[in-house]
Amino acid sequence: MRSAFSRSNLVKTLAGGYVPLVLATLIVFLPLAWMALSSFKTPGEIVTTDLRILPQQLYTQNYAEATTTVPFGRFFLNSAIVTFVGSAIKVALAILTAYALVFVRFPFKNAIFVLILVALMVPPQVAILPNYVLIAGMGGKNTLWGIILPGLGTAFGTFLLRQHFKTLPASILEAAELDGAGHWRRLWRIVAPVSLPSIATVALVTIVNEWNDYIWPLIITDRPETMTLPVGLTLLQNSEGNTGSGWGILMAGAVLVILPVLVVFAMLQRYIVAGLTQGSVSN
Amino acid sequence: MTKLDLDRPQPAVVARAPRTRPRWSLRSRRDFLVFLAMALPNLALIAVFTHRPLLANLQYSTLDWTLGASTARVVGLANYVDFFTSDDAPRVLGTTAAFTLFTVGLSMVLGLLVALALNSKVRGTTFARSAVFAPYVLSGVGVGLVWMFIFDPGYGVLAWVLRGLGQSSPQWFNDPQLALTMVTIVYVWKNLGYCAVVYLAGLQSLPGDVMEAAELDGAGSARRFWSIALPLLSPTTFFLLITTILSSLQAFDLIRIMTPLGTGTSTLIYEAYLQAFGAYNRAGYSAAISVILFAILLIVTVVQIRFVERKVHYS
Repeated sequence: MRSAFSRSNLVKTLAGGYVPLVLATLIVFLPLAWMALSSFKTPGEIVTTDLRILPQQLYTQNYAEATTTVPFGRFFLNSAIVTFVGSAIKVALAILTAYALVFVRFPFKNAIFVLILVALMVPPQVAILPNYVLIAGMGGKNTLWGIILPGLGTAFGTFLLRQHFKTLPASILEAAELDGAGHWRRLWRIVAPVSLPSIATVALVTIVNEWNDYIWPLIITDRPETMTLPVGLTLLQNSEGNTGSGWGILMAGAVLVILPVLVVFAMLQRYIVAGLTQGSVSN
Repeated sequence: MTKLDLDRPQPAVVARAPRTRPRWSLRSRRDFLVFLAMALPNLALIAVFTHRPLLANLQYSTLDWTLGASTARVVGLANYVDFFTSDDAPRVLGTTAAFTLFTVGLSMVLGLLVALALNSKVRGTTFARSAVFAPYVLSGVGVGLVWMFIFDPGYGVLAWVLRGLGQSSPQWFNDPQLALTMVTIVYVWKNLGYCAVVYLAGLQSLPGDVMEAAELDGAGSARRFWSIALPLLSPTTFFLLITTILSSLQAFDLIRIMTPLGTGTSTLIYEAYLQAFGAYNRAGYSAAISVILFAILLIVTVVQIRFVERKVHYS
């Protein structure tokens, strides 16, 4: 069925197929390549009207300056902690809630599911002011727990795993029930192991979102000690200005934020794409 | 043999039995507690940090309240009246409409074109599909900085190309309309891959026999696209329309990093942010804008549910 548009003329397809394909890839690739190349250029190579594509030599001073002008190591550590702790808890909560919604008897499950669907459509941006008032009132400003806590409840992960758990054959659980296995053992010995691809999808999407999260950490931190990488990059932007020689340093900072996600994506893109385009395949 | 046949139905009977026997109530009480232990932490967090803010915004929106101040004055609907009678309404709603219209339209049209290219039977489509999707998962802050450097009127690569063509670079960051154009372009670059991948899935699920029958009947590829593929893709188009409208209305990172003052780019979400956390700390006014934004999101979602609930099954 893929050939429907193309079988008539293979040569035409090759000419018509490759050019748009290469073009689309280049449009994505070139800005990122420009970022990487510029991060190795000297200020003199950036503040110039005689632009060269490749850097004259591998000038690493931009990285040194990006990581010393602002406490980049601290930002990196904060981002790693927030991402790791936040994602681990979120995924665990999603697994537990989805299991309970599918396999444990409870009277108001449909009403609870509707509340989760409502939460799914509330963007975090709409909730920031009330959450700021609450967390700041609890003393959570400029703390890592203040960054992590409001995002821990997970409607997305619960929704996605619930949909998957519902497709599991009831027979495997009935067998376990006969063996006298309780819910806890049934979850971790049967349901979770056979659902690993779905759990991996939820985990990866959660990790990427936590790492990139911007608006909430931006609002709840104003001291460098607790800033995450994207917020720290804003601080770097403010101190380097947006013109002239600062660009090399800012591109080095952008590489440090973008590269980890790009590497994870390159390795595990199948799961990430599947998770982020969920919902579209069901119709 | 007979023994086996007799055995077979038994496990099902045993498994179902507790539901009708007196043990039911004990068991269901235990299940009740198990359910709460498993689901309550997550449900409580969602209630406090996602549901409660909706109600809190409604309450805040009736206050004249400076963020951080310990007192506030109840003003009823004055914040809404202020918004709709001041210059803010046409400016913010106009920016939101323009940004949404162009980002949604461009990402969907270009996404479909890219999907058609990805659907061709040549080597490398798997790699190209991943490459095109990649910007969607990258940090908006990082992406925004990269494109700011590209658009920089002094030292950006775009200005260099324009100089080569004998043109001078426009002032992308100072002119409100150009700033909006710039952010729109970057937003489309970042989100195009999502539309492309979803459209590609739609294209690949088109019934092959229908397409081949049309081909045998002598329909050219353009005719097959407009008369068969595109109408068959309409559920995908509708799904993308809704999801891209919703995500455009929530766009924040690129706007914040590329145009911190909201010059020409103050959409509802950004205006709500600026009013509360910018120079004025007008919490009540910001909450009113958030409520308006949520009302729009709600309408879009209800439209989605009304029209596609029959096709997309949530349970």
